Amino acid sequence: MSKIEEIRVGLNSCGIAAGGNEVYNALKEETKKRKLSIRLKSVGCIGMCYSEPLVDVIQDGKAVTYGMVKPKLVADIIEAHLGKREKKETVEKFIVKGDDIRTKEDSFFDKQVKIVLRNCGIIDPDDIDEYISRDGYKAIEKVIGELTQEKVIEMIQESGLRGRGGAGFPTGIKWDLARASKDGKKFIVCNGDEGDPGAFMDRSTLEGDPHSVIEGMLIGAFAIGACEGYIYVRAEYPLAVKRLRNAIKKSKKYGFLGKNILGTKFSFDINIIEGAGAFVCGEETALMASIEGKRGMPRTRPPYPAVSGLWGYPTNINNVETWANIPFIILHGPSSFNQYGKDRSKGTKVFSLAGKIVRGGLVEVPMGITLREVIFDVGGGILGDKKFKAAQLGGPSGGCIPESLIDTPVDYESITKTGAIMGSGGMVVMDEETCMVDVARFFLSFTQDESCGKCTFCRVGSKRMLEILTRITEGKGKEGDIETLEKLSQEIKSGSLCGLGQTAPNPVLTTIRYFRDEYEEHIKNKKCPAHKCRSLITYSIDSDKCTGCGRCKIVCPVGAVTGEPKKMHTIDSEKCSRCGFCRDACNFDAIKVE
Amino acid sequence: MPEIGFCNKFMEMSLFKAREIIKKYQGKEGVLITILQEIQDVYGFLPKDTLEIVAQERSIPPATLFGIVTFYSQFKLSPCGEHIIKVCHGTACHVTGAERITEAIVGMLNIKEGETTSDSKFTLEKVACLGCCSLAPCIMIDDKVYGKLTADKAKRVIKRIAHDAEKG
Repeated sequence: MSKIEEIRVGLNSCGIAAGGNEVYNALKEETKKRKLSIRLKSVGCIGMCYSEPLVDVIQDGKAVTYGMVKPKLVADIIEAHLGKREKKETVEKFIVKGDDIRTKEDSFFDKQVKIVLRNCGIIDPDDIDEYISRDGYKAIEKVIGELTQEKVIEMIQESGLRGRGGAGFPTGIKWDLARASKDGKKFIVCNGDEGDPGAFMDRSTLEGDPHSVIEGMLIGAFAIGACEGYIYVRAEYPLAVKRLRNAIKKSKKYGFLGKNILGTKFSFDINIIEGAGAFVCGEETALMASIEGKRGMPRTRPPYPAVSGLWGYPTNINNVETWANIPFIILHGPSSFNQYGKDRSKGTKVFSLAGKIVRGGLVEVPMGITLREVIFDVGGGILGDKKFKAAQLGGPSGGCIPESLIDTPVDYESITKTGAIMGSGGMVVMDEETCMVDVARFFLSFTQDESCGKCTFCRVGSKRMLEILTRITEGKGKEGDIETLEKLSQEIKSGSLCGLGQTAPNPVLTTIRYFRDEYEEHIKNKKCPAHKCRSLITYSIDSDKCTGCGRCKIVCPVGAVTGEPKKMHTIDSEKCSRCGFCRDACNFDAIKVE
Repeated sequence: MPEIGFCNKFMEMSLFKAREIIKKYQGKEGVLITILQEIQDVYGFLPKDTLEIVAQERSIPPATLFGIVTFYSQFKLSPCGEHIIKVCHGTACHVTGAERITEAIVGMLNIKEGETTSDSKFTLEKVACLGCCSLAPCIMIDDKVYGKLTADKAKRVIKRIAHDAEKG
């Protein structure tokens, strides 16, 4: 029997939360006990967050991936690979992917193209040699050895890469502006302040392959002539910060960062700044204010950061995903990148799929693929046989795309036409049980909370909109509310300085546009069709189904359920807080919501 | 013996650590947020006395510094409990029932969002997004994420932490 060469355990935040560390320790124990010389390593996220913890076993150069692995299963997996036939049968059903095996999970990968995530889930992010073995730092060698600043920028322009943070500004043009600025000192910034609720692409990239971001920044620094860089990461991502710090230390040791890189005159250093929890800092001018140690409030542009950025010096800001694309483009040429995509949207886009979807996780798809393909082919469709209702793209700045537009291709222009935005890549799937008015209220409460307060329309307007939306969800909506919301939305859009305010009404506008009847149902008939808004629903018990088991009575936090054992129970509507705990607890589907 | 609260611990440490942190970054730019974060790491919050030293040493008017501190949601001006429970209210968690997780914890610990239990064990917070959306609904206790929760599971996790703390 051939030897097991390597075992990988996915230990990103999601893998760890799912119990990855316990699996890793069990593997360590087991290989030690059996005196096996197997390379055990921790890797980043391969994207299948829905079946974490994941374990890859590499044998004869071929990989087999097991999903939902429990520490108990570890010994069986090893024995199966050592040739025990009966164990093979035990572990077979845990296989989610294999180089030589077709599984039903393959459709998760079939339509994906990995450029940004090329190393995630394969290399140990803490081991620089692994990154180097997969052509890491070759792009910067090529840049320093063979290319000029102009040539690098030309390649990026030719690739058609646009900023992946949301706005989609062409990266090459941005770099050229910064390069043209005549100043001795210039800065490079990586925006890792992934604040959109429902987005985790940047966290996964930083945790799984930090060196690709560092190398991208190095190339950018060379191209514009910068000598210092900052990576601004959310403090909520402690693991990403830890792995980045380690990666910077290692690349300094290897001479890729610091003074006289690769023996040339080019010097570049990177600092890490942990964000302190302000969504608006994702906006570039606010982010720079925050690095400078001020309140993170946006300012008017122009001057653009390329002319006057950090401390007034020319600065080039790109987000994590944009930076991670750079080494690939330089090394393999612009055409290797722009062969994917359509029209003005080239390359791939990373999405974090979440919400009511079967395969929630991290996916990278070529631009131009339709939303249907992403949600149903890659994502495996809607959880629990429910009906698809909408996909929310772009977080609080984006909008909800309804079922009628599910064949919209994923490219900047087509998505914008729907009223949503491409955004940074958060895609939250909603089913028939999601109330769209509640979703609009949710996003507005977020932006209202995060508004920095500088512009009146954003500060006060979002508050008034939230009040109206809250009223509607409480059954106190009035005739004319929808029109007021639309009017306020337009005013906030045109009266705000930065992206936060300009896009804050988008979730409201798109839900009104596509789900107006749902708003009207709330306002006119005081009904919530999705049975979500608490003031508009009542819980009751179905006498035919209730067995009198009493579970609902036990879990009810307000004592609203009464009834004798083995006799039908009832809910006191006056006392009921509509938390729904009873519905979750009932084994007989006897709790009705109307 | 009564539990030693954060305030008492803070008195013991006095301001030595804060001064040390400020000294470490002397002469450097773009480090104010980092200094405040490190001070908060030591004391669990930003005691008024430490802020006065920061203002003085970094030559920032106290009012400006206060403006900065209150701008960012991470900074706290009053002590927190030993364990901080952050309930994620991101989009994915919202549609999968974050509100009910909060309700369950509120009912269990008898505190509201933003409050600390009377025994200083737990502080309950609401956060925008933990970025673990595929595990929704999730919470973070200290630096550890717990995912795919139900109201019951969330209560069990907290019970276990309270129990472990008592033992250890």
